[in-house]
Amino acid sequence: MGKAQPGMLAARWLLAGVLTLITAGCASGGVAGRGSGSAELEAVESAAAATLTVAAASSLTDVFATIVEEFSAATGVPVRTTYAGSSTLAEQIRAGAPIDVFAAAGPTVMTPLAQEQLVTDLRDFATNSLMIAVPTGNPGSVRGLADLTGVSVVVCAEQVPCGTSARQLLANNDLDVQPASYERDARAVLMKIRTDEADAGLVYVTDVAAAADEVEGVEIPVEANVSTTYQVAVVADSPVPDEAAQFVEFVNTPAAQAALASARFGPPP
Amino acid sequence: MSTVKIDHPRRATPVPFAVLAAVAVAFLAIPLAGLLLRTPWGRLPELLTSPVAVEALRLSLLCSVAAAGVAFILGVPLAWVLARSRMRGTAVLRALVTLPLVLPPVVGGVALLLAFGRRGLVGQYLYDWFGIQLPFSTAGVIMAEAFVAMPFLVITVEGALRSADPRFEEAAATLGASRWTVMRRVTLPLIAPALVAGTVLAWARALGEFGATITFAGNLPGVTQTLPLAVYSALDTDREAAIALSLVLLVVSLAVLLLLRDRYLRGGVR
Repeated sequence: MGKAQPGMLAARWLLAGVLTLITAGCASGGVAGRGSGSAELEAVESAAAATLTVAAASSLTDVFATIVEEFSAATGVPVRTTYAGSSTLAEQIRAGAPIDVFAAAGPTVMTPLAQEQLVTDLRDFATNSLMIAVPTGNPGSVRGLADLTGVSVVVCAEQVPCGTSARQLLANNDLDVQPASYERDARAVLMKIRTDEADAGLVYVTDVAAAADEVEGVEIPVEANVSTTYQVAVVADSPVPDEAAQFVEFVNTPAAQAALASARFGPPP
Repeated sequence: MSTVKIDHPRRATPVPFAVLAAVAVAFLAIPLAGLLLRTPWGRLPELLTSPVAVEALRLSLLCSVAAAGVAFILGVPLAWVLARSRMRGTAVLRALVTLPLVLPPVVGGVALLLAFGRRGLVGQYLYDWFGIQLPFSTAGVIMAEAFVAMPFLVITVEGALRSADPRFEEAAATLGASRWTVMRRVTLPLIAPALVAGTVLAWARALGEFGATITFAGNLPGVTQTLPLAVYSALDTDREAAIALSLVLLVVSLAVLLLLRDRYLRGGVR
């Protein structure tokens, strides 16, 4: 049975190692929970300078990095961020994800959450409007809204605020555009344009600004454009409501507003 | 698992076959070549040590090993039942076990959500009574990965148990060994190569799981964002990071393939 012996030994070590790792994994608090069973987890978290989890719309990716840094520097609260389409994040919050603050790109996503009492302390903090992004060199020769009908256009999925706005924009201007793809958030649309996989994309003014020289922007006249209001709120079940409220307030302070302005966001209405 | 290999004489390939085979090779090889050629080799160390990458690597390792462990602990007894049990209905049981192999992973994720989500069949009681919430937790990732990985282990081990020579176990029994001793000293060593192969397969499958993980456990960096999920997210923010992480997964897959080569796993007794 010479050949079987090393295999048996290997299997034993594997099993031992696996069991150790499982135990270690469970011990490091793998299970999330907000009810009575997670009281110990919450106690450990609060003892260790409670980390704030901020979920923000993808169009806030760069500007929130700055704002979060300033917030942490000012208050000493460590912050963890996650960016995705606002509707994706809203679904996560509904399903009980461990998020403390939510910054959404539009009331279409935030209002239902407020009605379901899943968020509190709602504040407007910025506005944004749409812009046509084209790859460098403008291969589709897009100079305005009317040119969109003849080229491949990428927009956000409808349930995401930028997708809702894009759809509204096209409807308001009587444009019969069949998008080549519905992406999951504004940054995904932007990436498709950066990598020259489509001729035009409908993103926010701020996204084009953030992409610097990797895309070109074609402005949409104010009368034809659609704008959206960004809102930030505390998630109702958060185990760190004070720090969350602090952050929500911070977003409207001059420092944060200055960062938003330099990223080309508009002021709150 | 023993196979009989017949040695066919090697002949020249007919031209149509050669052409189609060449196209097949190109179809498989070009994407891999694309990945290797577009890898930002110079930036690799920097990309792989970024916080997002390190988190994803750590999570992937932890969850895939734990999932393989769960698959092992639950799967080996199940394999034994399928192979050796006198119980009726093992055919149905086997079909159930094989289902996650064929089921689209995202469908598996939806099913897990409906069963173990906050308002799920079982999940609602876990939440209301114990405050336990599996979606958006690392435990949820382990569950999703175990769900898709366990069948690999069960099938592999069941096959080995079926083809293991029963005479060794009978001999041990006639020599006075208890059932547990027979299991421990005869059966398990006999199928050890299959145990290792099954566990490695399950681990590799768990590591690469995407659809069930993102649907059931969500995509939260540091908590549920495993390597495949990190690649997906990085595609829209930092392509080079996505490529770097993809390379890691590719290397791991190659390593698994090498590890599972028949030469190292041919077991049993000659």
